[in-house]
Amino acid sequence: MELHVEKRQLVAPGEIVAEGAYYAGENVYKENDRIFALRLGLLEVVGNRVHVVPIKGCYIPYIGDPVIGRIVDIGMSGWSVDINAPYPALLPASETFGHRQPFQKADLTKIFDVGDLVLAKVIAFDRTRDPLITVKGPELGKATSGRIVKISPTKIPRLIGRKGSMISTLKKQTGCQIMVGQNGIVLISGKSPEGERAAVSAIYMIEREAHTKGLTDRIQEMIRKELGGEQFVSGKAP
Amino acid sequence: MSSTPQRSPMARIEQRSVVDMISHGKRIDGRSFTDYRDLKIEVGIIEKANGSAQVFLGKTKVMVGVKVETGDPFPDTPNEGILTVNAELVPLASPSFEPGPPDENSIELARVVDRGVRESKAIDLEQLCVEPGKKVFVVFVDIYVLDHDGNLIDASAVASLAALLNARMSNYEIKGGEVIYKPGYRPLPIKNRPITVTLAKIGNSLVVDPCLEEEQVMSARLTAAIDESGKVCAMQKGGLEGLTIEELKAAVQIASKKSNEIREKISEAAR
Amino acid sequence: MFQEKRPEKLIDLNGLRLDGRKLDQLRQIKLEVGVLDKADGSAYVEQGKNRILVAVYGPREAHPKHIALPDRAVVRCRYHMAPFSTEERKSPAPSRREMELSKVMREALEPAVLSENYPRTTIDIFVEVLQSDGGSRCAAINGASLALADAGIPMKSLVSACAVGKIEGQIALDLSDLEDKYGEADMPIALMPSFSKITLVQMDGSLTLEEFAKAVDMAVEICKQIHEMQKTALKGEYLLIKEEVEGKEGSEGAGE
Repeated sequence: MELHVEKRQLVAPGEIVAEGAYYAGENVYKENDRIFALRLGLLEVVGNRVHVVPIKGCYIPYIGDPVIGRIVDIGMSGWSVDINAPYPALLPASETFGHRQPFQKADLTKIFDVGDLVLAKVIAFDRTRDPLITVKGPELGKATSGRIVKISPTKIPRLIGRKGSMISTLKKQTGCQIMVGQNGIVLISGKSPEGERAAVSAIYMIEREAHTKGLTDRIQEMIRKELGGEQFVSGKAP
Repeated sequence: MSSTPQRSPMARIEQRSVVDMISHGKRIDGRSFTDYRDLKIEVGIIEKANGSAQVFLGKTKVMVGVKVETGDPFPDTPNEGILTVNAELVPLASPSFEPGPPDENSIELARVVDRGVRESKAIDLEQLCVEPGKKVFVVFVDIYVLDHDGNLIDASAVASLAALLNARMSNYEIKGGEVIYKPGYRPLPIKNRPITVTLAKIGNSLVVDPCLEEEQVMSARLTAAIDESGKVCAMQKGGLEGLTIEELKAAVQIASKKSNEIREKISEAAR
Repeated sequence: MFQEKRPEKLIDLNGLRLDGRKLDQLRQIKLEVGVLDKADGSAYVEQGKNRILVAVYGPREAHPKHIALPDRAVVRCRYHMAPFSTEERKSPAPSRREMELSKVMREALEPAVLSENYPRTTIDIFVEVLQSDGGSRCAAINGASLALADAGIPMKSLVSACAVGKIEGQIALDLSDLEDKYGEADMPIALMPSFSKITLVQMDGSLTLEEFAKAVDMAVEICKQIHEMQKTALKGEYLLIKEEVEGKEGSEGAGE
């Protein structure tokens, strides 16, 4: 039973990472007692379970994921939404608040129109059909203002941080509201454009350096520099 | 653009039975792993062509017509005649063939057969020169697949060689850079007889001359063209999976052995 | 452009080839990953005078819908040459050679891609040969493996490719355009090095069975060398970033 690669080392697809009594977790596979990486990423070992945290990858919907999407089409009973996944999402009209069926297309347009941005949650997805999303829920619905940043969905966990530590730091220091979609889309809304810009820079920096150590400190330092030492307190401008 | 092909219209239990039988050393039509299906070759059936052949390989039927015409040589080979091979997978041959311009399968088929003939220098192209740099003979080999029951490559290659051996061009002499035809006929200048042998990998076994069902379950395919002196002159691997190095070498060995059998059959038929 | 003449000799008295290489020497290879902004994955390859750009889009929604497969992704591959890529201008319309190469390239990469993970989608691989110099399909396959990995598409193995041939009676590695034209055989091979499985092999020319076996063994060894170069190229950018921000020794995570 041996590890061929050290923990948190970068591995490429097809590289052998472990041998023997290890279990294959995400983004690795086991063949004949040997475990190989499936994607470029960092090797992680938890007990005797091996997996790879990928550097890049497309978004695959999971039930319960908060996502941010763009309305691309209006159908008979709902909307088709681009959630940055290989599968278009369906937002049924029944998953919005306070309207009775049957719906006319004109009614649907009044709720959400093509081009609108929505904050939603995935409620169903499997291999045989496209994902279903809902906007019934607190903090869900149409987004009316703010800036959009798109990063690789694989970096979202790092953006959120352990127990939300990274994203709280960002929100506090920049004074912005930041909604994070598991699908790699982030909505930033702040009282000042400088705060928003700092948040955008921070997010791209996290995407670029997610695989390195000491990131939180560097992010805090970067925001401090960009905002010239001004401190924001819960979204109020100085 | 090339796309992953659509699923084969075989139910999974049908596919499984082909694969299971092979893992027990048997093929669905009772052949051994290195047997060809019944091969029947008829030549000279299309009078208007310079040469022609029809091949029945099991239930696969392919017809090849050879036409010889004059034309301009290529600028970088001014003393050589031209060989051009084309293949058509006509819609009547299979429920999966659609009308239209040549698709990647018919192009691959033509180019693999072409390589076998060209690289073995089967036709002495220099003897087809009329006036260097100005006029040469062009040999058109047109492959027409009429019924697709697997292994179109080998059937087409057999028919192509038989048609070339069968082909006759008018006797001619060159006067003032022009071709003057004289009575009588002469064969094409054929100097080598390449044979292509195709094997399919099913499970861990290699089988020669896959029939349609075997093609639909195979994981990979290897075609090798062997010339009269036993040299390999063309090779093409196909299919969605890989071959081990040992399988590749073994396949070429088997191809080499089988090529002599097929060459005999063609020579008899084209006499 | 002048009409090229057949070179007198392909191998000189010192056993060196026209470009100064030994028989078993690869041309210089440059591999760059992540060179395009809009593509999900991309790579740029230089090998000899070959200049090849590869982009991967996907997995993405299948358009038109009817081409989708219910249980796996459709892999699509387009090998295309720019009109200015060859000595004589090449028409932009796809030639028969490009169609065949698109097919064999796709079949060289499919065994490595875990397409079952993404049913009803397409994974598109676009190859543009900006300048061509013999062995372009192998260089393209090397680039496409990198572009697929760069896009984060799960792969059982990278695919590494190279060509072996015969010039003036001797087995030689990585034939250039001239050597392919005036040589006696050319055999491109692609391999999944993690399993030593061959996913592409084509050959034209004339080889005895012994020469063929020797050429295969040589190609497999070289493909493994190319595999190391590919891994380095893939990891390169990220290791650079790590070095840049963590410093050469790499700090021991003060506050993650």
